Amino acid sequence: MTDDVMRAADGTPLKIKLRQAERREVTRAFLLIAPLFLFIVISFLIPIVVMLKNALYDPDIVDNLPQTTELLRQWDGKALPSEEVFAAFAADLKIASKARTVALVGKRLNYEIPTLKSKVTITARKLDSIETGPWLEAVTAADPIWKDVFTWAVVKRAGSSITPYYLLSALDLRQDADGGIERTPENRRIYLQVLGRTLGISVMVTLFTLILGYPVAFMLATLPQRTASILMIFVLLPFWTSLLVRTTAWTILLQDGGVVAQFLHITGITWIANVLGLMSGEPQLFKTRFATVLAMTHIQLPFTLLPIYSVMKTISPTYMRAAKSLGATPFRAFRTVYVPQTLPGVAAGCLLTFILCLGYFITPALVGGGSDNMIAGFIDTAMNNEGNWGKASALGFVLLIATLILYYVYNRLIGIDKMKLG
Amino acid sequence: MALPPYMTTSERVSYYGVRVFVGAVLLFLIAPILAIMPLSFNSEAFFSYPMPGFSARWYTGGDDGFFTNARWTGALKLSVIVAIAATILATCLGTLAALGLSRSNIPGRAAIMAVLISPMIVPVIISAIGLFFFYAYTGLNGTLLGIILAHTALATPFVVITVTATLMSFDRTLMRAGASLGGAPHTVFFKVVLPLILPGVISGALFAFVTSFDEVIVILFIGGPEQRTLPRQMFSGIRELISPTITAAASVLIVFSTFLLVTVELLRRRSERLRGIKS
Repeated sequence: MTDDVMRAADGTPLKIKLRQAERREVTRAFLLIAPLFLFIVISFLIPIVVMLKNALYDPDIVDNLPQTTELLRQWDGKALPSEEVFAAFAADLKIASKARTVALVGKRLNYEIPTLKSKVTITARKLDSIETGPWLEAVTAADPIWKDVFTWAVVKRAGSSITPYYLLSALDLRQDADGGIERTPENRRIYLQVLGRTLGISVMVTLFTLILGYPVAFMLATLPQRTASILMIFVLLPFWTSLLVRTTAWTILLQDGGVVAQFLHITGITWIANVLGLMSGEPQLFKTRFATVLAMTHIQLPFTLLPIYSVMKTISPTYMRAAKSLGATPFRAFRTVYVPQTLPGVAAGCLLTFILCLGYFITPALVGGGSDNMIAGFIDTAMNNEGNWGKASALGFVLLIATLILYYVYNRLIGIDKMKLG
Repeated sequence: MALPPYMTTSERVSYYGVRVFVGAVLLFLIAPILAIMPLSFNSEAFFSYPMPGFSARWYTGGDDGFFTNARWTGALKLSVIVAIAATILATCLGTLAALGLSRSNIPGRAAIMAVLISPMIVPVIISAIGLFFFYAYTGLNGTLLGIILAHTALATPFVVITVTATLMSFDRTLMRAGASLGGAPHTVFFKVVLPLILPGVISGALFAFVTSFDEVIVILFIGGPEQRTLPRQMFSGIRELISPTITAAASVLIVFSTFLLVTVELLRRRSERLRGIKS
């Protein structure tokens, strides 16, 4: 070896050796990560993708009215479809009624024209006894709704297996006869209101946890270590107690004549509120917005408090002393020197609580009334009571997007890998 | 504690004001949890104080009792089985991944991390319907395996985060020292790395256990009618007819979480002592 390159024992240059070793290291790291990564992708991300697909994909009409949808593709949507389309429709309905899938067709069309479910069933039954055309007369005689061009526009639109219908309706929007987007009629608008309510409750809870949590975090961060760690139990025990148990506790305590009502009575708050005219008689707390916000604030308080606390722990008390020695009043020193330093913690805690609040389901369902249901509650209703998978998925889609945007902000501000537990 | 004599009146007022406020908030945090426990010993089936008499009927009173009613004991048993299985799976997978992630030079670390902790980020209701659809295709709805896999997915982020945090302060030269002394990679792992990161691993495992043990939304969607875990049993109990047995169940869970809190806290202190961090 005459050059002055450093070499390993077998003669390869050290630089190459090092690169090989590093590559081996990276490969080994990937092999360690791979099992969990694959597990999460298969058992978690794919299900989410399936849900997103269900928000956009609905083959019920194209599967059960195949000839009709095929022919409707050429239809211009201006006048009533031709006799040919009506014949195909009658033939499809006859097959569907043998296969017992008429209800599926009716259910899907009913989402857009609320009376159509029974009308489809009746039409199918009437057509069963008719053997020959002309089908236009036969179908429109079964029910006059088939004379309406809009009905056919809906059938045509529902006939494409990829449909924006569910996503639009999750935002209180729908397509008109020409395919343009318009707002749904006043009496059927609910979801924007639900979304607004979800955001409203989340903002309220976040604010309350901040107002209650900030002084506590400040106390815990500045008290002597021993006192602080005893007081910390008051924060950590609720944090470790399951959400369901805490909701259960509130459900029981907030009953009419329950412990909270008794407490308000004994402390005289009930009396004062009665004198001020805020309420009459004993308080009705259970199944109210107040109860929802109260229970959620209780549950979320540690989530807001702990990040603020851990930031406050790192703030050196000398800054405050310096400010005071420069002539600031304690309040001014606190406001202009201490508070700005805690803002990263405030942002972390509040964002975390806000994001978690958006997905609340159990607590509003158990403690709140019917008008306190948040978006997750409506997903549950769409899924379990209405059997409307498309709607449930579309609402899930909206909730997921909202959550991801907020997490993106969180990640930019704080860094998701800095999330701490306990 | 005596206040320094140079404090002004307004400082004194705000000093005590803050203390009273903080005391009230701490009481607000703990009171609901403590108030529920005595009610579970009420001899009558209602939920207010003062109680007419004490009784253990909501714990051991035959059909009323948490430990004697087959529906509650069955639910407890199912919850424990699922939680243990999910914890073992989540801890193994999560610890391995955390070991891989702790090497600083892997490309796309942030993206990998985002995927691994996504089950914690996505609202549970979305996970629940997604899993329901997916399990409908794969026939896992209403199976024990399905529940365990779902709970494992939800629990792994907690293991990954806790163990990664522990590994941050782990001195990697110790591994090289072990290897240079002739230890094979697995010997080094079991003799050097694992004992040092064990507190973090156990904390992560406890988090995983709690996540599974408390989970109520996913089970509502993917569980079969007779697969009632403890939270599900409680949830339907509250929705339908509140019986004091629920207060007994809640009390048992509170005692259990207190026990977990103490364990995690002790582990954290031990791990700080092991690594020479003085608090």
